[in-house]
Amino acid sequence: MKFGVVVFPGSNCDYDTFHVLQNVMGQETVFLWHKEHNLQGVDCVVLPGGFSYGDYLRSGAIARFSPIMREVKKFADSGGLVLGICNGFQILLEAGLLPGAMLRNKNLKFLCQQVYIRIENNRTAFSNAGRRGQVLKIPIAHFDGNYYAPPELLSDLEKNRQIVFRYCDQNGKLSQEANVNGSVNNIAGLINRQGNVLGMMPHPERASEKILGSEDGKIIFRSMIDYLEKKKGSGKKKAVRAFRPAVSPLPPLIGTF
Amino acid sequence: MKVRILVSLKESVLDPQGQTVRNALHTLGYLQVKDVRQGKVFEIELEGLSRAEAEKMIPEIADRVLANPIIEKFSWEVLEA
Repeated sequence: MKFGVVVFPGSNCDYDTFHVLQNVMGQETVFLWHKEHNLQGVDCVVLPGGFSYGDYLRSGAIARFSPIMREVKKFADSGGLVLGICNGFQILLEAGLLPGAMLRNKNLKFLCQQVYIRIENNRTAFSNAGRRGQVLKIPIAHFDGNYYAPPELLSDLEKNRQIVFRYCDQNGKLSQEANVNGSVNNIAGLINRQGNVLGMMPHPERASEKILGSEDGKIIFRSMIDYLEKKKGSGKKKAVRAFRPAVSPLPPLIGTF
Repeated sequence: MKVRILVSLKESVLDPQGQTVRNALHTLGYLQVKDVRQGKVFEIELEGLSRAEAEKMIPEIADRVLANPIIEKFSWEVLEA
């Protein structure tokens, strides 16, 4: 499958995400510069973490007006897979591709730590390689990750099973202590109604190699690849699996801000 | 024309920054401070617009860009005509 990692001024997990998709998951991957109008025929768009536009105004509030976001919206509206990680999640919320908004963390601290999240719904394009109730160890790094949804929206999200991940303890138990940023109903990741757009605050690209302390993040990427391969049909499956490049240097980023 | 736009969290949304400021004020002995809500101020200079046009545009940009209507509300006033 072909993945596109969008690069905004201030993105800083773009290379990590690119590395994991290409070198760990063995997928063809390209960078998509925020000023571009062309998604280069990718099967999936990833909005990586970082501090797009310095998080000025509100996290993700300016990035949503980038030229490429018009294409991402069109892509999502036509059923394309879109994954937003951390700042990418915040951008999806600001762009209206996912419902709700982010508030400052409840303790007003930037949180950079390992957390545990529980798979609440494994019948999605982003979680099908995991089990329902499975606990994943994946780090977070954010200031504005306190997810908020007005009561009516929240009950809709619960009813439609749009909550894919919740903060929990090591044993999968939900608690206020485990809910480090104060998100309503411990929400760590959610999906849109159509099921093709997911936003999550934890960073799966930072938990996809043993040397980094956890490989649980691969479950998310594996799910997406399996979903896309199934969708495209088994004929293409072999060709895609064959694309396993040796670890190669990442392409330089060329562009002006 | 100069306009001041005030953006703050809705009453229904918890404001931990405002609470922290209130707690600090209490520590200093200002116990009469019952509540603090924190927000953002934008001072915007406009040109080439009639008053009526400005009154139409200001709420539009506040709603589309300056505030996130899910969590924030806004008010505005004209500083200089």
